[in-house]
Amino acid sequence: MPETTASGAGIALEHLTKRYPSSPAPAVDDVSMDIKPGETVILVGPSGCGKSTTLKMINRLIEPTSGRIMIGDEDVTGIDPVKLRRKVGYAIQSSGLFPHMTVAQNIALVPKMAGWPKAKVTGRVEEMLDLVGLDPREFHGRYPRQLSGGQQQRVGVARALAADPPVLLMDEPFGAVDPITRDHLQDELIRLQHELRKTIVFVTHDFDEAIKLGDRIAVLREHSHIAQFDTPEAILTNPADDFVSGFVGAGAALKRLNLTRVRDVAVVDFPTASVEDPLQSIFDLLRSGTTNEVLLLDRHRRPYKWLRRGDLMRAKGSLARAGTLVHDTVTRDATLRDALEAVLTDNAGRVAVTGRRGAYIGVVDVETLMNNVHDLLEADRLDALEHRHELEEQRARHTRLAQEGVDPAGGAHGVKA
Amino acid sequence: MSFWEYVGNRHTQLLTDTFQHASAVFQCMVLATVLGVLLGVATYRSEWAGNLATATTATILTVPSLALIGLLVPIVGLGVAPTVIALTLYGLLPVVRNAVVGLRGVDPALIDAARGIGMSRTARLLRVELPLAWPPILTGIRVSTQMLMGIAAIAAYASGPGLGNEIFRGISSLGSANALNQVLSGTLGIVVLALLFDAAYVLIGRLTIPRGIRA
Repeated sequence: MPETTASGAGIALEHLTKRYPSSPAPAVDDVSMDIKPGETVILVGPSGCGKSTTLKMINRLIEPTSGRIMIGDEDVTGIDPVKLRRKVGYAIQSSGLFPHMTVAQNIALVPKMAGWPKAKVTGRVEEMLDLVGLDPREFHGRYPRQLSGGQQQRVGVARALAADPPVLLMDEPFGAVDPITRDHLQDELIRLQHELRKTIVFVTHDFDEAIKLGDRIAVLREHSHIAQFDTPEAILTNPADDFVSGFVGAGAALKRLNLTRVRDVAVVDFPTASVEDPLQSIFDLLRSGTTNEVLLLDRHRRPYKWLRRGDLMRAKGSLARAGTLVHDTVTRDATLRDALEAVLTDNAGRVAVTGRRGAYIGVVDVETLMNNVHDLLEADRLDALEHRHELEEQRARHTRLAQEGVDPAGGAHGVKA
Repeated sequence: MSFWEYVGNRHTQLLTDTFQHASAVFQCMVLATVLGVLLGVATYRSEWAGNLATATTATILTVPSLALIGLLVPIVGLGVAPTVIALTLYGLLPVVRNAVVGLRGVDPALIDAARGIGMSRTARLLRVELPLAWPPILTGIRVSTQMLMGIAAIAAYASGPGLGNEIFRGISSLGSANALNQVLSGTLGIVVLALLFDAAYVLIGRLTIPRGIRA
């Protein structure tokens, strides 16, 4: 049954609370959250805010004191936790691989427990290793201690996904690897999620990681109170309060640049010429007066050289010697932050944008970038305002209902939230 | 009669004693291992129960072996029964203690992972905790065996089997021609047996400890 589920199941947390007998204040206080199928939701907050506890209540590693958990249409608060956990993938910090089992044995654990036939399990193990970018033949028989931290983490994710659960819980999975590996693993997870469309709940204390990975981010303060639960764009441009803006940290506008790709903004046209064009036509183009620079493209329409008006004269008409070589381009998939970086390092303040096989598409310069960013931020601000407006209306409605005594529980909560 | 002539003359008797000695230790060790690991598994989760198990088995060990066997004889009679009971009780401590320590020493993150991927309590114990605790448990068994080798000699006092008979015969006839040879052959036999058992444990370790956690 589970392996045919192409995408994730929605999760609903309803008034989840966890109290420990040792402390009077609840560790998690009345959390309600709706997570859509196929969505990646990041729980982010300072350490000790209860984000991990909240996560562990979803697969009931920690039993909630009160409240309800729904996965898909099923109330899982009361079912056998062992059965529940086989439907919910779980990946933790420093991988949690069993050191006495090989990579293949680790990955095969959950499918085997679910009673898959042997041949199918073997096939699945190879498939999962492939999926997380490890060569099955090479890594199959290795023990965890023979792997690097990043490789262990990949195997950990493979194990979590092996039985194809609709939901994947990740508890600071990349917390213990070095920054470069972490970056790779994040990219990998984005790619995986693009393919698999699981419902992922991901806990981290790193806000940049949250922005990079999340469809929506829940910023939590102590007792797991939700300070803001919204898209990364909305949180960056319109933090709900001082706590959130403090957590977002400095440079929110710069972080915002990570969320938009070059293809989403307008690139400008630039006069181009090909190395195969006759020299005279390039001369004419430069002298026509509309521009004092052209971008010279090579035989495959890849950016090759920037050519200024005087360059050809100085090089005595030789294209091979004239102009300055293009040393940096960005693809359409690059983030605006990458583009800005390239523009800033270029001494003329512009960078060529390339598409498939490095072919020229357009140019981005400081001015267009500035305008685009401005528009983006403005649009975000409007969105956020509208969103806030909606929320307020909803809250007002809840209050009214509560006052009329129609839905006291839901209403009371609505006021608090 | 020189020592080697003595061994040559009595080799059938000596071999029988040696075999019985080894067999008694081996069987009691199997019993002690099963009981010890079960005790460890039953108690390691609770702080006081684990400590109680360790303390109790430690107390048993402080009872002098001669006294324990002497106490057992009126209850269970002479021969094999007091030997087996005494050896098994003495063998418990290292196994129980190492089982408790080994099971408690399993990385909590791994237990968390095992629960998180949906392993039942039994599966967790059999597939994760016990395999990971096996190296220390095996060390406990090894220490226990060495100890039992020596204690088993005392069993002859209650007409038990083994090389102890040689030693006791020698002691009771001190001054006679063969007294020293008897004590010596019994003692040497025990030493050789202990070394052979130890070698066997190294081999068992190689065969049963997964490559991923071998030191």
